[in-house]
Amino acid sequence: MQLEDTICALSTPQGMGAIAVIRLSGPEAFSILEKTFDPFSERHALPSAAAYQNVYGRLKEGAQVLDEVMIAVYKNPHSYTGEDLAEISCHGSVYIQEQILKLLYKLGARPADPGEFTLRAFFNGKMDLSQAEAVADLIASENKAAHHMAMQQMRGGFSAEIRALREELINFASMIELELDFSEEDVEFANREELYDLLNRVKRVLTKLLESFDTGNVLKNGLPVAIVGAPNAGKSTLLNALLNEERAIVTEVAGTTRDAIEDELNLEGVKFRFIDTAGIQETDDLVESIGIKKTFEKIAESKVVLYLFNAQLYAENPALIKAEIQALQEKAEDKTLLVLANKIDLLAEKEIFKDLESEDFLLLSALQKTGLEELKKRLLAQVNLGALYQNNVIVSNARHAHALQESLQDIQRVEEGLNSEVSGDFLAMDIREAFKHLGSIIGEVDTDKDILGNIFGKFCIGK
Amino acid sequence: MSAKYIVPRETCDMLNVDYDVVVVGGGHAGVEAASAAARLGKTTLLVTMNLQTIAQMSCNPAMGGIAKGQILREIDALGGVSALVADKTAIQFRMLNRSKGPAMWSPRVQSDRMRYAEEMRLTLERTPKLDFFQDMVTDLEVEKGKVVGVSTSMGVKIPARKVILTNGTFLNGLIHIGDKQFGGGRSGERASKGITERLVDLGFEAGRMKTGTPPRVDGRSLDYSKMEEQRGDEYPGKFSYSSESTTLIKQRSCYITYTNEQVHEALKEGFDRSPMFNGAIDSTGPRYCPSVEEKINRFAHKNRHQIFVEPEGWETVEVYVNGFSTSLPEEVQARALRLIPGFENAKIFRPGYAIEYDYFPPTQLFHSLETRLVDGLYFAGQINGTTGYEEAACQGLMAGINAARSIDELEAVILDRSEAYIGVLIDDLIQKGTKEPYRMFTSRAEYRIILRQDNADERLTPKGYEIGLIDEGRWKDFQEKQSKTEFLQNWFTNHSIERDEANAVLKRHGLSQVNQKLKIAKLLARPQLGVRSFMHYKPLKDVVDKHNIKAENLEQAEIALKYAGYIGKEKENASKLSRLESLSIPKGLDYSKLASMSLEAREKLGKLKPSNIKEAKAISGVSPADISVLLVYMGR
Repeated sequence: MQLEDTICALSTPQGMGAIAVIRLSGPEAFSILEKTFDPFSERHALPSAAAYQNVYGRLKEGAQVLDEVMIAVYKNPHSYTGEDLAEISCHGSVYIQEQILKLLYKLGARPADPGEFTLRAFFNGKMDLSQAEAVADLIASENKAAHHMAMQQMRGGFSAEIRALREELINFASMIELELDFSEEDVEFANREELYDLLNRVKRVLTKLLESFDTGNVLKNGLPVAIVGAPNAGKSTLLNALLNEERAIVTEVAGTTRDAIEDELNLEGVKFRFIDTAGIQETDDLVESIGIKKTFEKIAESKVVLYLFNAQLYAENPALIKAEIQALQEKAEDKTLLVLANKIDLLAEKEIFKDLESEDFLLLSALQKTGLEELKKRLLAQVNLGALYQNNVIVSNARHAHALQESLQDIQRVEEGLNSEVSGDFLAMDIREAFKHLGSIIGEVDTDKDILGNIFGKFCIGK
Repeated sequence: MSAKYIVPRETCDMLNVDYDVVVVGGGHAGVEAASAAARLGKTTLLVTMNLQTIAQMSCNPAMGGIAKGQILREIDALGGVSALVADKTAIQFRMLNRSKGPAMWSPRVQSDRMRYAEEMRLTLERTPKLDFFQDMVTDLEVEKGKVVGVSTSMGVKIPARKVILTNGTFLNGLIHIGDKQFGGGRSGERASKGITERLVDLGFEAGRMKTGTPPRVDGRSLDYSKMEEQRGDEYPGKFSYSSESTTLIKQRSCYITYTNEQVHEALKEGFDRSPMFNGAIDSTGPRYCPSVEEKINRFAHKNRHQIFVEPEGWETVEVYVNGFSTSLPEEVQARALRLIPGFENAKIFRPGYAIEYDYFPPTQLFHSLETRLVDGLYFAGQINGTTGYEEAACQGLMAGINAARSIDELEAVILDRSEAYIGVLIDDLIQKGTKEPYRMFTSRAEYRIILRQDNADERLTPKGYEIGLIDEGRWKDFQEKQSKTEFLQNWFTNHSIERDEANAVLKRHGLSQVNQKLKIAKLLARPQLGVRSFMHYKPLKDVVDKHNIKAENLEQAEIALKYAGYIGKEKENASKLSRLESLSIPKGLDYSKLASMSLEAREKLGKLKPSNIKEAKAISGVSPADISVLLVYMGR
């Protein structure tokens, strides 16, 4: 990695648009531009531009004018990267974009690596690591919820929560160290109950953050939903109804959908990934049985299983459907199972309705598009949106989740140690490990400043 | 003398010797430095203002304690002298923290103050190549960034190749008792002038620290029946691994009493004349050793504070009132003291006082304790902002060793944080500096499970032997001890105890029975069982007798087996770190670009260009956070 050179890249999406923005950052940013930029007036000349200023003029290669552009000038350290930075707004043709980039390369800039602008911002002290990671998420966010979450992390909400965790852990470590280094002092040592209390507080925060990772992961990557049902139960029709477009193949021949198809649906800013599957009906057909195996694999990957059946079939043979539901419940214990009775528009007898409703099935007609709102509502209930919009902290980064998981394990070991009454110096080993694991998110703990400081502040130490 | 001396022989008729090493100050740092340098073959001069107060215990008459006891064992393992002197002059021994894990066991002795000083002086007098001179060093001779000698208040110029400053609290020492102030390095002793000013001229940054001490009283005037007795251990141990010292046969007790609300009220009457509260002292004192007035002020909810009444020796009637450090006016001290149970008729020998003194932020040193600014100049002890005899002594030892080695052009001895508390102490000082007097705590050591008092010899005696401070006799003893311990460990691991024999032991401890024979090591892993549980098991008795196994072997083998899991894990943690530290840093890296590092770290890394992470960490002012940024940058 190098930070000494000047990098450039297209900052708007690839392809043609009305305008495009090319970003140039590094010590040579302005001197490179000066070689090619011809300002419309003295006021727009680069050397005299203020720390923040827009300048207007032409980019020329030799005598040839490439484009008329607007350049936003940000002088270091007053820029995103903390370096000299220019954002060139040019016309959006792919040809112009390419010509300008080629020219910049020729004049000494190099193509930026993915994420390099943000990395430079991190190294130049413009943001901490968790904020830098949030920027990457922000750029990748495709929906409202993921966007909200990334914004929150970038603003430091996550760091604040972690600081609270650190404080609890320091309190615990202090109580342990007090018994060790100051056993000769006339101070009151924490009793075991107090220690368990402190430990439980640490565990609660850790667990809460870890649980939020489920939500965070869903918000970032979408909630996987498997649609399961007998052939011709109407799975593809349902999917199409939800998606409002003909993507899955819908025919009247049972078992047409042999390959699992994924489709995404954005409900109130949350992404759902629907996985259409073949049915799970027992079969002699080889292709079909491969499909069934695949179905169970897909179920394993999902969080929610939609089981769809033909309500007419239920009227004829409820036991068959109930057996399938039971089979699914056993296969996918840890998933949320929503049972959908489809094709209710074709039901004649009102008696059946009562029966279906009493089973807590969701009644719908994929073809007539009835009952879909209720289904959407139930799907949304699977995502803890309350936490997000109440500004609770949500862990969305796998690296953070891993560090939290590791430290939770350390804390569990501390608890085991407490249970088996091992001496505090051994407990402290696992506490140190927990601090180390959290260190990658919260920064290291300085024993002197943090733990000893805490002890001296709270207890009268010293002969 | 050797012809390769670079220092021109300025006549010093007074002393008539060219000195390799001059040690300024005869406290706990100075004596270790002088002894080590002389024993490593260097002509050494100890210059002190008062030859009667060599190794004076200026605060409490005790050595060791939690973390400090471990340091004393390390000093002994490396070949220092303080542990032996402490053993020979002890009046009480206690192993603190016995109920905790073995890393927490901490030896502590109550000492005979006068005997300690005498014994140390006699020890030094027996050291060939070590000379003494009584005078105040007032200036340093420095040429081209290199120290070449010192000069004294009498105008004696003493050329030297290396100078070790161990001035303690004497540099511009200022004693406070109530609103009275007077220059002094200790009660009844003059302050030292000139050195601070000279060092500041040379470009050193100086700071000011504060510490204090309690009154001493006449033990004949106390009523011990009103206090709790604190006896020494039933089976006392000792500090030194060598056979030169023995454990105590008889011991003296300490006594515990408490202050009360009346005492606090009496003290408060003097607060307006307290230099701590009226602004006369604004330098930093240690938070873990507050004066009694600070305790009352900061912890107002506490209605009593513990007082340890410590005898100052075998014979003397003088008694040290530990826990009552104060700089209040002497008559306030006396009035308050007499309100403490047992002190109703107390006669004060000397009042408590606070003292302010100069120190030099230790970030100005290398890990060898040589100053970065002046070649050949070393600092050790309170001049570096530490407190405590043990902390001072170990720095003196390392400075003495490294000054001597530097003359022989040998690499400095730098102990690792996973190797010794001494390593932790020096590394903390140099990396982080210190704003308050620095005292060792076990929690400062990240690998304390392996830094135990029982294995200090295992960790450091091979080093001491290599350096040359451990003689052949001790080296042989050490090897014998190691091989016996190892033999015993193997025996426990491989020897099966019959079911009935095992069950007899288990039954005695109220533990559930086993139904087949098993290895003793397995039984030792149980928290309730120790080596002592098997002492009347015949095969063990036979082995102990046959191989002349000692108590220390049994203890070490037990610790190694009982805590094998923890010890192994801690060693693994330490080695993981050392692997990380060996990562090399790309040459020509431009640190100025890494703005998320502190400015100081960028400047220092850029200037010193460390070749690996360990070297980068060793630079003062480079924080762990800076190292993380560097690691991210290096793609780790």
